[in-house]
Amino acid sequence: MKPAPFDYYDPDSVEEVLDLLQQYGDDAKILAGGQSLGPLLNMRLSTPQIIVDLNRVADLEYYKSDNTGLRVGAMTRQSTLEDDTNLRTTQPILAASIPYIGHRSIRNRGTVGGSVAHADPAAEWPAIMLALDGTILIRNTKGTRTVDASDFYVSALTTDLEPDEILVEIQLPNWVKTSGWSFIEFSRRHGDFAILGVAAYLTLENRRCTKSRIAIIGGGPIPIRTSKAESMLIGETISDALLKDVAEQASKELDPDSDMHASADYRRHLASVLVLSALQKATERANKSGGK
Amino acid sequence: MVSCLGQHNYMKIEHSKGIGESIKRLEDKRFLQGQGHYIDDLQLPDMLHAAVLRSPYAHATITNIDVDFALEQPGVVTILTFADLHSVKPIPIRLNPYGSLEPFLQYPLANKRVRYVGDPVALIIAHSRYQAEDVLDNIVVQYDPLPVNIDAEDKVSCPLHHDAKDNVASNFVQQKGDVVEAFNKAEHITKLRFTSGRHSGVPLETRGLIANYDATQEKLKVWGPTKVTHFNRGVLAHMLEMEEHTIEMIEPDVGGGFGVRGEFYPEDYLIPYAALMLKRPVKWIEDRLENLMACNHSREQIYEMEMALKKDGTILGIKVLLSNDQGGYIRTHGIIVPELSAAIFPGPYRIPNYRCEVRSVLTNKTPAGTYRAPGRYECNSSRERLLDLAASELMIDPVKIRSMNLIQPEDMPYEVGTESLGENIVYDSGDYPFALQEVVRLSKYEENRHVDHDNLSNKKVGYGIACFVEKTGLGPFEGARIEIDQTGAITVSTGAANVGQGLETTLAQIASSVLTVSPDSIQVLHGDTDLIPYGVGSFASRATVMAGSAVYYAAQKIRKKLLKIAAHTMNCQVEQLIISDGDICMIDHQDKRLTLTQVAQQSSPRNCPPDIEPGLDFTHYFRCNQMTFAHGATIVKVEIDITTCAIVPKHVWIVYDIGKAINPQMVKGQIEGGAVQGLGGALLEEFNYDPSGQLTSGSFVDYLLPTTTETPLLESKRLDRSPSTLNPIQVKGAGECGIAGIGGALANAVADALGDSGNNVNVLPITPEKVWQWLMPMQDKTN
Amino acid sequence: MVQEATDNSRLIKLTVNGIEYERKVETRVTLVDFIRNELGITGTHVGCEHGVCGACTVMFDGQPVRSCIMLAVQADSHSVQTVESMSSGDQLHPIQQAFWENFGLQCGFCTPGFLLTVQDLLSRNPNPTDTEIREELSGNICRCTGYQSIIAAVKQAAIYMRQE
Ligand SMILES: Cc1cc2nc3c(=O)[nH]c(=O)nc-3n(C[C@H](O)[C@H](O)[C@H](O)COP(=O)(O)OP(=O)(O)OC[C@H]3O[C@@H](n4cnc5c(N)ncnc54)[C@H](O)[C@@H]3O)c2cc1C
Ligand code: FES
Ligand code: FES
Repeated sequence: MKPAPFDYYDPDSVEEVLDLLQQYGDDAKILAGGQSLGPLLNMRLSTPQIIVDLNRVADLEYYKSDNTGLRVGAMTRQSTLEDDTNLRTTQPILAASIPYIGHRSIRNRGTVGGSVAHADPAAEWPAIMLALDGTILIRNTKGTRTVDASDFYVSALTTDLEPDEILVEIQLPNWVKTSGWSFIEFSRRHGDFAILGVAAYLTLENRRCTKSRIAIIGGGPIPIRTSKAESMLIGETISDALLKDVAEQASKELDPDSDMHASADYRRHLASVLVLSALQKATERANKSGGK
Repeated sequence: MVSCLGQHNYMKIEHSKGIGESIKRLEDKRFLQGQGHYIDDLQLPDMLHAAVLRSPYAHATITNIDVDFALEQPGVVTILTFADLHSVKPIPIRLNPYGSLEPFLQYPLANKRVRYVGDPVALIIAHSRYQAEDVLDNIVVQYDPLPVNIDAEDKVSCPLHHDAKDNVASNFVQQKGDVVEAFNKAEHITKLRFTSGRHSGVPLETRGLIANYDATQEKLKVWGPTKVTHFNRGVLAHMLEMEEHTIEMIEPDVGGGFGVRGEFYPEDYLIPYAALMLKRPVKWIEDRLENLMACNHSREQIYEMEMALKKDGTILGIKVLLSNDQGGYIRTHGIIVPELSAAIFPGPYRIPNYRCEVRSVLTNKTPAGTYRAPGRYECNSSRERLLDLAASELMIDPVKIRSMNLIQPEDMPYEVGTESLGENIVYDSGDYPFALQEVVRLSKYEENRHVDHDNLSNKKVGYGIACFVEKTGLGPFEGARIEIDQTGAITVSTGAANVGQGLETTLAQIASSVLTVSPDSIQVLHGDTDLIPYGVGSFASRATVMAGSAVYYAAQKIRKKLLKIAAHTMNCQVEQLIISDGDICMIDHQDKRLTLTQVAQQSSPRNCPPDIEPGLDFTHYFRCNQMTFAHGATIVKVEIDITTCAIVPKHVWIVYDIGKAINPQMVKGQIEGGAVQGLGGALLEEFNYDPSGQLTSGSFVDYLLPTTTETPLLESKRLDRSPSTLNPIQVKGAGECGIAGIGGALANAVADALGDSGNNVNVLPITPEKVWQWLMPMQDKTN
Repeated sequence: MVQEATDNSRLIKLTVNGIEYERKVETRVTLVDFIRNELGITGTHVGCEHGVCGACTVMFDGQPVRSCIMLAVQADSHSVQTVESMSSGDQLHPIQQAFWENFGLQCGFCTPGFLLTVQDLLSRNPNPTDTEIREELSGNICRCTGYQSIIAAVKQAAIYMRQE
């Protein structure tokens, strides 16, 4: 289990990275934290001719908050965000989800950009991006563009990124104070990729729901927002009966896979159970935060 | 006829320094500092590296292999296929080699046909492992796929082996009494089909070998073998057509054995073969993906059981049809696993009438062998589940149905009426009802079971019990040699192996108890075939029992000689002397003493009195042809969330009796380690195959080993009530007591938690999805 | 500057356990293979080569990482610490001592990875609860001990470290 040979470049600026990508296109692969790519290289499931390592591009390792929201550079490590206790109030869903990503030594290397770009449907970041209406800043030699997370995930492990592009930053709008949230995950072992997970985000005004997000991990080939279920909540006062119906609806909107860890039917069952608890918890939190 | 040679004449141990004390392990200092010598830590000058090309098909004919292009690639030294192997033989069976199994043996490389995904097809030797792997894809093999059989109960499938009419490698019956009569008399019959899933030992260190031909010594040296090095040397000599003494096998530090590691596998022939051919050292380190498809699997068995009972719960008889999924070949274990299953199935209970028919069937999967408590983890799980099902049908308490059927202390020694490994199964000693009572008491089963049951939340709690008997201390012999050199340094050598269980510490403790020195002053050497002429090895929880007894006797011999020489030097009678704190002193004048070093100097050929043979060097072979049986009982408490169907083991209690512990903390470690492995097999670990025979859980992402967060609290209690009478140190093996009962106890706990749906529980591992399926019909009703 | 990749090898300079090394290395070689095979420092073990078992854990610039899924070239101008750095001479590190006293190892193959993971845990959280210990160690697999003795060792180590 040793990687196949490749040519290796570790430029220290984004411009040089983009030049290399332009030059080598499909033959090149970006290496960020290596926590997904590393195993794939070792197993020779990925055999790129060129590796372009981002680890020396210092410009991509940052995060900052302002009145527009949170911006995180692609090479920011998961553990950097994990250790910032402020995020627990400013971005509670994000802060709650990060400890679910593998283990500490994985998060010390694994990057935000890598997780978002790798687009594993069982990973936390893609679903969080959906739940929080995140946007993705992309660059190539010609310039930059921004894509909504909801347009970014195309099909299994495939995103809107072109071979000559890199993800440079992700942006999350500020948290709406009168909101409640919940993040729940079901896996066979602690730290494993989820069999099913839910990120729920509800905003209540005068007891009525004005905004709802239900994003599902492991519910299909890409992370999914169950938009029909979400819309059932809008304008409504929350009741247990309603939440049950919404959870049922959410599970119907999924297109889960069957594999050795869980069948599609069981994943659907889990979705209905977990969405319900997530919505209950989110409602409770929204009520507490003054969104009644 | 039972005999354990030398079991009489125990010498009184003056200071039992050593035995029974939880001293810190002697091997740990090097391990803690990263100074162990595991096989991959070893490098020889000019060493080449091997990789194995393995079949991607579960069943296919090989029509052509083209290595020409691969041979031209950088770093490649040679590539071997079956056709290149000179006068190659199949790998023989180690345990109970029935001739009828010969058509099913595995050759080191596939000969025109592959029978599982992972079957070795070619060996590549290159200057680095990287380069060897580079050409795996450059060897062009043409496969003609054949029909695939992954079901041990499938009777019509295409035979895997040319010489065989079907895939049944073996079909035999173990029986006692008259089951027909028992079922005629039955007042109640309980039926259960129970499946034990495929999983295995999966040591954290994968296998590895280095072979080198040493021209100065004219010897082939092989580093990396373990477990049964003497036997494996014989196999290699036979297969390479060499004299046995021209081969030396050397055991390095070993990162876990668990039964799978150290058997003779195809690579154990291929790597030495290549080293001899190339006259250069060759290293092969199995990678994890190979390990999961190449190293023995285990456990996959289906039990069709029927039990005849009286209304009060008394067992009249049991009928079992046991299908054992053997995988693509018969390997070194032959059919010992299902044989053990059939022999031990009656367990600690009086089963007056018993019939077990075994079918061991070849399938297109990785060949199966032994894994810690082989055959027993499976049969114990099945039997204990059957008992709980009967209890539930007859509305008897699970403790009661067990108590009333357990073998009583006064029944000992108890002849079960079955046989395995060429021995009649005779339980030598043990108080089985007491172990059950103790575990019930320890877990507060009676008090808590009902309280915990009554909760109304989504979390349902269940308790499950299993009782077990464990065969340990398998013969026929083990040897130990003890030497004291002229500086007084003590060295113990044995043919048993240290697979990570701490053999060095245990044997040092036993020797130190006789010689009254500190255990850490004793060096223990093991696993090198040149250390001692004969050796058997470490399996079947035998090393402490057999090698420990040999060390004990060898130490007694050396002690006697020490006293004799000291008596001569001190001008007194042997009877006037004792050995204490490592010195030889006069009983009445303890200040008159000689140190061990002084006596050792007196024993040298220069100083030794003419009428005494010089030297302090004794070997003892402890021989015993009867196993000694440990026993115990396990209770598991689980919590099941009936919405998500998550299963959380909360607490495990294990009460066991191994006669006596040499190092109680180490024994506890064996119990806990085994218990968690058993929980892994009961909840997480499974080798899954798709219908085309592809292994779908072939990495650590999908083959799930338990970690700290999946491990409950474990409480264990050692009883020491039934010391073994078959050996001088009175011990029974401890290695398998933790794992033996836990599968059944867990399955029963899940059933208990599931209430009315619990009778569905019929399989291991139990996944959340299975719980969901078992609960579903109930939920449909309530909805 | 974009460094030209010529023959797939690079000259790298790194510090391992306080000693500086300069070596030419093929760019595809993993960090663990480099440390073990090129430098001959073999305390770091390989259990899976796909990032799951934790046996290959080393400290990279003071943080625990899995050296089987990093490349040696990525360690150029960085510092690495392996289990060999923990004890000084015959004096065991308190964490090693606690593992020894609590029988926190059997075959010893997982041990280096556990020791470094615990070292990091206790540096961030000197007094972890049982649950925290379990969660933090859940990325390291031990096949021998059943973990009870490891958890006990971590608690003991935490006490030793606080006393220091
Ligand atoms: C044992 C283990 C457990 C894990 N458990 C989880 C888990 O529970 N949840 C989870 O989410 N993840 C888990 N991971 C994966 C981990 O979170 C990875 O960090 C993450 O998936 C990828 O991030 P990375 O920085 O390591 O990216 P890399 O592995 O370096 O790259 C991943 C992919 O993204 C591409 N890429 C990376 N960065 C960019 C960029 N800036 N622009 C464009 N393309 C880019 C790469 O080319 C590659 O194709 C686990 C990993 C391991 C080894
Ligand atoms: S060897 Fe690196 S995590 Fe297993
Ligand atoms: S001690 Fe053997 S794997 Fe942990």
